[in-house]
Order: sequence, then structure tokens, then C-alpha cells
Amino acid sequence: MSELVTPARAASFEARLQKRYAAERRFKAMGLGVILFSLAVLLFLLGSMALNGIGGFKRVEMEVPIDFTQAGIAADPIMMTQPDAANSLQAQGLSEVVSFFASQSLGEEAAAEIGPDAWRDVAAAIIADPSILRETATFSLPASPDLASGYSGEGSSEMQALAARLDEEGKLTKTFDPGFLSRSDATNPQQVGIWGALKGSMLTMLVTLLLAFPIGVLAALYLEEHAPRNRWTDLIEVSINNLAAVPSIIFGLLGLAVFLSIFPSYRSAPLIGGMTLALMTMPVIVISGRNAIKAVPPSIRDGALAIGASKVQVVFHHVLPLALPGILTGTIIGMARALGETAPLLMIGMRAFVSTAPEGLTSPATVLPVQIFLWSDEIDRGFVERTSAAIIVLLLFLLVMNGLAIHLRNKFEKKW
Amino acid sequence: MVTVVHENLEASIAKMRARDVSVFYGEKKAIDGVSIDIPTEYVTAFIGPSGCGKSTFLRTLNRMNDTIPSARVEGEIMLDGEDIYRSKMDVVQLRARVGMVFQKPNPFPKSIFENIAYGPRIHGLAESKDELDAIVERSLGRAGLWDEVKDRLQDSGTALSGGQQQRLCIARAIAVDPEVILMDEPCSALDPIATAKIEELIAELNGRYAIVIVTHSMQQAARVSQRTAFFHLGKIVEYGRTSDIFTNPLEQRTQDYITGRYG
Repeated sequence: MSELVTPARAASFEARLQKRYAAERRFKAMGLGVILFSLAVLLFLLGSMALNGIGGFKRVEMEVPIDFTQAGIAADPIMMTQPDAANSLQAQGLSEVVSFFASQSLGEEAAAEIGPDAWRDVAAAIIADPSILRETATFSLPASPDLASGYSGEGSSEMQALAARLDEEGKLTKTFDPGFLSRSDATNPQQVGIWGALKGSMLTMLVTLLLAFPIGVLAALYLEEHAPRNRWTDLIEVSINNLAAVPSIIFGLLGLAVFLSIFPSYRSAPLIGGMTLALMTMPVIVISGRNAIKAVPPSIRDGALAIGASKVQVVFHHVLPLALPGILTGTIIGMARALGETAPLLMIGMRAFVSTAPEGLTSPATVLPVQIFLWSDEIDRGFVERTSAAIIVLLLFLLVMNGLAIHLRNKFEKKW
Repeated sequence: MVTVVHENLEASIAKMRARDVSVFYGEKKAIDGVSIDIPTEYVTAFIGPSGCGKSTFLRTLNRMNDTIPSARVEGEIMLDGEDIYRSKMDVVQLRARVGMVFQKPNPFPKSIFENIAYGPRIHGLAESKDELDAIVERSLGRAGLWDEVKDRLQDSGTALSGGQQQRLCIARAIAVDPEVILMDEPCSALDPIATAKIEELIAELNGRYAIVIVTHSMQQAARVSQRTAFFHLGKIVEYGRTSDIFTNPLEQRTQDYITGRYG
């Protein structure tokens, strides 16, 4: 018999085969469906946020030319470098000057609706360049919250009418407001900015990273490579796993009870916020770090030990570099969670109204998610758009942070 | 039952000397009272059925068993007359003197150059970059790999073929200038051509280093070694010249194993 014999295929065999293929197709289709659905939801979410949030980066402004030669305001160059330069300009009657020129160019009624803090924009311009005091400068000054909501077709009918009239005369415009990215919190939605919260978030994340990453990685290395296997290490392992699952507000209470009683003067400071969030992030880094370290093949350790590397050399020359991509993945997850955290920071006072960007790690600050929470709580309608804009800033920050970490991870990734 | 040691062995200086060595994994006794002299000038092969303890014993010779928490060693192992299990023994120093090549090639996921340079660098064997280059070239040359890789020293060591990887690992062991090289089934993951190259290499290295090789292949033991120890159930049953063990064994169990009756 020289021919190849193919096994006879009974009908039942064929039917079973068809069923198997059908099951496979079904499974694939289901997976694809789920992915498409998630994408659609994500697109909807991002789209609606972008649509709402774009408005938050704009504000309603009126153009006011100010002839400083008539204003009689003096700016001593040395005085202008002092921190209270703006107040000294205000003491010279800057806000009256602003309203005077506003009523000249816009009329009495509109001038009354120049934002109460509008003089600050003018003061900032003078401080930046005192030479404008010798000429006429035109400023785009924010309208009052009432007029701004009138412009959006809300609020009282008088305001809506005034806004419509000014709009027709071309005196009222809604333009992109770069100041939103450089100012801090204010009571007036026309005058708020996100920089204070953004800087607060950056400082807090910096503290969190600098504390949680080294401690987490060293703990993971020790537990995985050096610690003896016994009841104590089991206990530590269980505790760390539990710590990762503790509700975040508990960490806030801990920060309040421990850190703030040690450093009572640092209430609301990014230092304390970062320490609190580091407690929360560290277990995540430890757990993912241990898994990454476990995944390094033992043959690599053997190879290094066999040519006389010490235990520490094995760990730092071989195990850690190979585990780093995995550790970074865990760090991304932990840091992203910390960045979005609100509850523990409320407990340690980072919900305070802070109208200046934090100077350093110990000055009072707030962070992006808390700022969003605070603005979403405001009654003034103007804050709705600002809240969406702040959410966009938060998401972009998250994107940048994760992008950086993923870039680092890919850089360290070794091809086998 | 005691080890049968052939009486016709030439007198030689024992590089390593094991006396009454027992190894325990927890309660389990894996090696039971093994004594053997490992000569400088010959290749010594350990043969025996799976699980007979030959790899375990090999790993006690450079204390690689230390990495297994439950392992415990009793007895005495001497390297040039020094007990390697004494408390003052520097394990790092020991492993630089007694190198090891593993069953599966395990190059570091670094460049070929770095794979070789790592050992000399941590031991401070090279004063300058030129010296290090020389060590790398010499080690790769002795391992018969230099001509194949000299143009791509910066490529990853893991990109080489299996046989080349194993020779890279041998070169890595040679680079720290050891006195003894332990090989734990170095060819079991390789094809016949790569195996032949490794065997050639062992023959070339013979004499420069004391070599101990664990192997499952009796043909391999016959080809590369001059001394053979037959392990069975944690004991050395018979130890002698390779030619005598394979042609004229004194023990029935050795006879049974080499004729393929069990194992």
C-alpha cells in the first residue's frame, strides 16, 4: 500500500468542526464589538468635553484704550520689582483710571460691567513693561460675570440687552484667553486661571514620585530578592496587598493625623499632599515591581552569580534593568491614580481658596482635581465652562505624564 | 555500598577534593556521602540516570546551591586544599575561580561585548579599555567564537544561535580566568553540529582548566572526558578512567547503565 491514507471523516466530525469554527468567529466578533463600543463611548466623552471645554478657554472681553499720559500714574522701576507692585498701582487709583477710560470709550452703562478685577490685567501689563505709561495702550478687559452670562443668553434681561447692544457695536467679543493658563483661582469666573492648580499638581506629583518610586522599588527588590520566606514576610505581603485596596480617603485621614501633626504649619502644602499620595501609590509600585522582578528569568541570576557577581551586583546590574519596564508600568498606574485623587487631599486642606500659584513645596496650593471639584460646586454659571476647561487641562497633564513614562518604558524594554 | 575507585589511575594533583559530601533539600537527601578527587589535567564527566544527583553535586562545587534556601551541604569540599564551605570563604571569589556553564544558554540581554566584559569589569581584571578589549578578544577566541562575532560585538548576545550563545557563555566563564569550569549538560539544548563544536572546544580547553561536565549522553562522556564518575541514587558507584568505565566496568550497575539496561 503506497498511497497515503487519509482518515475517514464522519459527518459528525465535520459538524463538530463547523461548530468549532463558528465559536471562534463568534468570539472574535464579540471582542471586536466590545472594543468598538468602548471606542465610541470614549469618543463621545472626549467630544462632549472638548465642545463644552473650548468655551472655558475663552472669556467675554471689552476693548478699552487707556491714555496713560493723562492718567497720572507713576511707576518707579524699583517699586515695580516688588511683590506688592500691583497694590501700589491700585493705591494710585488705577481702578478709577480704568473705569474712567472704559466709560469714555464704551459708555457709562457698559463701563459699570467691566470686571471688578480688570485693573489687575492692566497692572500686570504695567509691571511687565513700565514704559507703556508714556503712551496709549489698548487692553482687552474681562466683562463682569453678569455681562458674560448675558452674552451667553442667560441671566437678567437687562444684561442680555446690554450684551446684545455692545456685541452689535463690536465692543464685546468672546476671545481666546491665554491668561486662563497663567492665572490662579479667583471668585470671578471671568478672572480665574488654572495655573495655580496645575503647578500644585506638578509639585504634588513630584513629591509623590520622589517618595513612592524609590521606596516602592527598594521594598519590592528586598522582598523578592533578599527577604527570607517566613511568617513575617507573608504578613508584610498581605499588608501591602491590603494597603493597595484601602479607600483613598483613609490615607487622607492618616495624612491629617500623622503628617499634619508633625508639620502643622504645612497645611495645604504640596509636600504634605505628595507624602499622603505617596502612601497610596507605593503599594501599587511594590506589587507591580515584585511581579516584574519575579518575571526576570532565574537563569540570568545564575549566569551572573556563576561568574562571581555579588547578590547586590546581580540585583542592580541585571534584575533591576530587566524588571524596570514592568515597574514603570505599575508606576504609571499608581501615578495616574494619584493625579486624579481628590478625597485625601480634601482632608489635608488642599481645598483652600488659593489665588496665587504656589511658590514651592511648602506654600499653600490646590491641585487640578480639587480645583475641578471646587469650581463644579460654584453657583455662578460662568464656572461651568471653566470646569470643563480644567478637566481638559487635567486630561492633557495625565496624557503628558503617561506619555513620558511609556516613552521611558519603551526605552528600557529589552528584546530577547 | 562504597564507591569503587579504579586502582590504575595515574597519580595526579587533585584540584578539587570532596570528602563524604551529603546534600539535603529540606528533609530529602539528594547526595549521600560522595567522595571524589577532581584532577587538574583531565576532563571529568559525571554520568548517571536522571535525578541521581550529578547536577546537584556539580552545583555544590561552586556553591551555586546557596541560592536554594532549603539546600544544606554536609562534608568537606576542598579547592587547592581550602575548604570552600568554611564560614570565611568568600563565595564571590570562589565562583570567580570555579566558573559554571548551564544547561540552557543564558547570555545576558546585553551586547556580545558586554556579556564577556561584565565579569572582568566587576572583578577589576582590566586596568584600561584596551586591556578589556584584549580580554574580550582572548576569551571569545578561546571559545572559538571570535571569528564569527568580531564584526558585531555590539549586537545583542541573545540574537546569536543556540550553539553560539552557549559558546558565548563559555567565553563569559573563561573571561574571569577561572581554574575550574563546571558544565551542567552544556549540549542538551543544542543540535548535533553545535554539540560537536562545544565538544571540540572542551578538548581545546582541556589542560588549561580543570573541567567537570555533567552529561546525559554516554557517547559524549566517552568522547570528551578522560575520567568518568557514575552516579546512582545520590552516590558515586564507580569512578575511573573513561575508557575503563565504558569497556571494562567493575560494577554490575555501571555495566547495566552503559549498556542501556536502565536510565
